[in-house]
Amino acid sequence: MRKADVVCALFLLALGLLVVAEGLRLGIGWGTDGPRSGFLPFWLGVGLGVSSLIVLWQVLAARGAATRRFVGPGKLVPVMKVLIPAVGMVVLSQVLGLYVAGGLYMGAYMRWIGRHSWPLIVLLTVGIPVATFLIFEKWFLVSMPKGPIEAWLGY
Amino acid sequence: MGEFANLLLGFQIALTPYNLGIAFIGIILGTIIGVLPGLGGANGVAILLPVTFTMPPTSAIILLTCVYWGALFGGAITSILFNIPGEPWSVATTFDGHPMARQGRGGQALTAAFTSSFVGAFFAIVLVSFFAGPLAELALKFGPPEFFAIQLLTFSAFVGLGGGSPVKTVASIFIGFILAAVGLDIVTGQLRLTFGSVELMRGFSFIVAVIGLFGLGEIFLSVEEGLELRGVTTRVRFREILATWRELLGYKRTFLRSAFIGFWMGFKPGGATPASFMSYGFAKRFSKHPEKFGTGTIEGVIAPETAAHAAGVAALLPMITLGIPGSPTAAVMLGGFLIWGLQPGPMLFKERPEFVWGLIASMYIGNVIGVLIVLLFVPAFAAILRIPFAILTPLIVFVCAIGAYAVSNAMLDIWYMLIFGVVGYVFKKLDYPLAPLVLALVLGDLAENALRQSLIMSQGNPGIFFWSPISAVITAAALLLFFWPLLAPLLRRTRGTPEPVAH
Repeated sequence: MRKADVVCALFLLALGLLVVAEGLRLGIGWGTDGPRSGFLPFWLGVGLGVSSLIVLWQVLAARGAATRRFVGPGKLVPVMKVLIPAVGMVVLSQVLGLYVAGGLYMGAYMRWIGRHSWPLIVLLTVGIPVATFLIFEKWFLVSMPKGPIEAWLGY
Repeated sequence: MGEFANLLLGFQIALTPYNLGIAFIGIILGTIIGVLPGLGGANGVAILLPVTFTMPPTSAIILLTCVYWGALFGGAITSILFNIPGEPWSVATTFDGHPMARQGRGGQALTAAFTSSFVGAFFAIVLVSFFAGPLAELALKFGPPEFFAIQLLTFSAFVGLGGGSPVKTVASIFIGFILAAVGLDIVTGQLRLTFGSVELMRGFSFIVAVIGLFGLGEIFLSVEEGLELRGVTTRVRFREILATWRELLGYKRTFLRSAFIGFWMGFKPGGATPASFMSYGFAKRFSKHPEKFGTGTIEGVIAPETAAHAAGVAALLPMITLGIPGSPTAAVMLGGFLIWGLQPGPMLFKERPEFVWGLIASMYIGNVIGVLIVLLFVPAFAAILRIPFAILTPLIVFVCAIGAYAVSNAMLDIWYMLIFGVVGYVFKKLDYPLAPLVLALVLGDLAENALRQSLIMSQGNPGIFFWSPISAVITAAALLLFFWPLLAPLLRRTRGTPEPVAH
């Protein structure tokens, strides 16, 4: 937990410094029309930097305090099992469209994690995207990324 | 008595068959969203926002507020039957609600929870109906310094009242403002924090941030914990409802006290959670049987539910009168205002009375419909949680992706959503609060404009925030709240009172 806290605070400190640098580049003084563009970012960066330093100090000062692990042993696996296929879904939807990619993602997850039966999976992975398609494209006229299958069906 | 005439106008709008239908759909969707793990008020509203783009603004806001009421009711179902608080302010409901369900008194607990929610909401809506007009009237006199002072107060309230680590709250606020600053600076026309990337010029949409931080982040947390849903099955029988109602009549004081605490805490940001705990604490202190709290007493359900719902309604008061949201859900709704072509702020009462009063009237109607629907269909909603987790999880991720894409038809937003999801997961685990981050992202541009205009008015002198009496009082209150985490221990030491026991 402490290690994660320190890493996160360092990351925020770096972000703060980056914003401070950008603020300085844009100018933090007084321009012709009031404060210049970099004025607020500069102080935001300073604020983030200072608060991440305080967090760092608090974490390091609390030596010996009971620490629990950031993620329990093996607990990251189920999280990755959601995240990585989700990334795959986004990549696929650039080619196949969001409906087909979403259906494949749901089907894969249900089979792999849930070990559900094939008829149920097919029903859901076809039914849910079709229902979403009707709701969004037909009813509310909101367009989603579409791929070759939708094109073949005439959309 | 102008309020009555306005309210009548509002009811004429909200009671049209189309808007009533919208309210029904909103409540049902909202309750489902409230029951589902990983979806709550804020991201439910965010996902549905694109659907409202083609609706008339009044119907759109009715849909979104009804989703919000539904989500509040739905949270009570999971708290009582499954011991899973869907939102931080339903934590106190689990203390007595779940023991009641385990003792076979689930129907009673649910009836009490829904009725208390309704009473709390109703009390707060009546207050909103009569305070909204005068408050907007007052706000019309506000200039940039006053608006900036109110925004300062908004964020200070998170630091002073939010609980958790004040420094991490401050860090969250700064992150939100930094994300808001990315893109074109509309005052000078310069690009900021884009580092030469064309993609970053658009900036970050807070709707995408909400879906990622709250939706995906929550999903990651619940799969990590290996969510096991061992719920209690309950059916609410009609006779049980009547019997519970008769019993509730004996707790008028608890109702009134809790509703008042809820309203008072609620219009300040982040107030719903402390309100529910405070009200639980007070109910215990004033109860005739304080020893029964925690073992399944009906008072322990009434108090937090009344307060949380009153606070949930009160959070909409600054949104409609000042254009400043009090909660992430209100922030998402406020984002909708701009998309529907409305300028949020006090002028709304003058320019679009039919919108404002239609919204206020729909709050009454939405809560009446809500309490009836949840009482009738509890088993159906509870059954949603019995859907296998391996089906719900990918379904929710898919729905989140659709919501994120639909905001501005950008594939990149789905990537941002995934990143925000990971950030939300890490921040939740490290106790960085997410609500102030989202609010800062929403209010970033408004706050910066108010600050710049104020500084221009004063030629760069920050003392301007103390020049007018209104802004002086608000700024002073903001500073007091901001430094409260430092001041409180000092005060306690000088007075020699012991540390308060945390729940």
